[in-house]
Amino acid sequence: MVTLRLEDIGTRYGKVQVVSGVTTPTIQPGTVTAVIGPNAAGKSSLFRRVAGLAQGDGVVDLGSHRKERNTICYMPQDTGSTAVLSVYESIILSAKQGSSLRVRGDELARIDDILAALRISELAGRNLGELSGGQRQLVAIAQTLVRDPKILLMDEPTSALDLHRQMEVLSFMRDIAKGQNIIVLIAIHDLNHALQYCDQAMAIRDGRMVAFGPCSDVIDSDLLRDVYQVDGHVELNSLGHPHIVLSGPSDETNSRHNTAIGRKTLTEVALAAQ
Amino acid sequence: MTTNQISIETGSVHYKARSLRRFLLLLAMSGALFISFAIDLATGPANYPLSDVIATLLDPSSATDQLRVVIWDIRMPVALMALTVGAALSTAGAQMQTILANPLASPFTLGISAAAGFGAALALVLGVALLPAFVDFIIPLNAFIMAMGTALIIHFFSRMRGVTVETIVLLGIALVFTFNALLALLQYLASEQALAAVVFWTMGSLVKATWTKVAVTALAVVIAIPLFVRQAWALTALRLGDAKAESFGVNVQGLRLRTMLIVSLLAAIPVSFVGTIGFIGLVGPHIARMLVGEDQRFFLPASILCGALILSATSVLSKLLIPGAILPIGVITALVGVPFFFSLIFASRRKSW
Repeated sequence: MVTLRLEDIGTRYGKVQVVSGVTTPTIQPGTVTAVIGPNAAGKSSLFRRVAGLAQGDGVVDLGSHRKERNTICYMPQDTGSTAVLSVYESIILSAKQGSSLRVRGDELARIDDILAALRISELAGRNLGELSGGQRQLVAIAQTLVRDPKILLMDEPTSALDLHRQMEVLSFMRDIAKGQNIIVLIAIHDLNHALQYCDQAMAIRDGRMVAFGPCSDVIDSDLLRDVYQVDGHVELNSLGHPHIVLSGPSDETNSRHNTAIGRKTLTEVALAAQ
Repeated sequence: MTTNQISIETGSVHYKARSLRRFLLLLAMSGALFISFAIDLATGPANYPLSDVIATLLDPSSATDQLRVVIWDIRMPVALMALTVGAALSTAGAQMQTILANPLASPFTLGISAAAGFGAALALVLGVALLPAFVDFIIPLNAFIMAMGTALIIHFFSRMRGVTVETIVLLGIALVFTFNALLALLQYLASEQALAAVVFWTMGSLVKATWTKVAVTALAVVIAIPLFVRQAWALTALRLGDAKAESFGVNVQGLRLRTMLIVSLLAAIPVSFVGTIGFIGLVGPHIARMLVGEDQRFFLPASILCGALILSATSVLSKLLIPGAILPIGVITALVGVPFFFSLIFASRRKSW
């Protein structure tokens, strides 16, 4: 059974330290953890370090589990590809890295199952270049799942999806985590989705972890102000779920912008430009 | 549920059908290659019936002495040179396009061929050996060292921050101009005899093929192919972008450097023997890609076969176009190949890069 604990984890690109001192309690299998924070907070860099794709300090503790090739899988943010490859081929490609050139029948059957579970079987024969952003993201999820990871680090897997697909993918990932007893970490911008689908949240700002715990403890008005620089609060909606109500960018942000552009408000600058 | 089951089947069924189709295509290309090779042997100042040629190929003892000598000793090295050079250049182009993620990459467009030509000219005109230990192989070694150096310059430049696909092509063009200028300078300084040898280079010609040259070129291909085959999944993954390939567990930097070194070997050796044949390295891989896609398990053999087939067919054409004269093959590849290539691009409905 795999568990995950980060101890003083940092990420360095050359001499530039982008993440430092991330220490978490033990993350249990079967859970989904939302990794939240503004753009460029260091979420991807943290993931890359945990997956062993970036340099840095600290210890990634997997409990008693022995790390193998596909124990920790990182799903990067979507980038298009000009490759003349079908969806199906791209998934085989992920599954077969480092192994024989022959593709066995059971391997094909497994890919069929994953495509069906994600409800993208009809995309199998399409070329990667013909896919929409959302379809590409679903294919990327299939490419990751096919490697049978024990710890899955997903970098904004829902960013290009429509609302229906977002909820579908998140609940699918929650089911996968529970059903296969694996650890899923999802970098996500929609805090309401984090509240609804994730067991716990890790908040990152400026390369440091500022909070870790159950979503409803981590995501509150303080976090909105300190991490996202927005004013708002969390209340229970009519379904009884916690829900974020935003009132706007916080004053602190405004004042910061004011100094940056010489004591003028954004509105004044916009008017002056006209 | 029923619809779901149908689509569950289509994924792997479609894939298997596609793989079978590609395998058959490779077989067909091999057949076409053999035929083109036989025609290449049959054409020349004396034309022989194809059946006699194939009989001589399969059982040399059955043929007359004259036929055997013409086919095996005179035409065979040239015909084999066409196959090996075509295969080497096309493979080099295919892998350059793969690792640089650039449809314009080829030994010719990025200056590797020009560098090899300049290295050879250094030997031909000034007698300068870049590796003094092996004076007997001064021309191919010079060509190889220059090609390798250029490949490494491109490689390290492509790793620099902010370098895009377009800047690599610009660097390549700059390198082509630089080496061509240096070559022109050498030509200006050259004696009449050396000048003729250098001009032979710039046109590209198979007629000076010997068994040794065939063997060395074939050896380069034979060394390179297994190295690429071992990395087939990783090389294919590179085409999904570095981030994706890395996340699949591919050591992207290491793979790029290794591949570039092998590519420079594949690009330099043919150029050092037959001169500049530009078109194959660019177009062979593109035709292969249109036919079988970019799964390296099919793309690599298809590139090899395409390159060999194009140059073999061109070798035939170079003898047929003006009866009695053998036109420089580098000239024919471009003149005949370009319209053919364009017709393929416009005919193919699928996106091919």
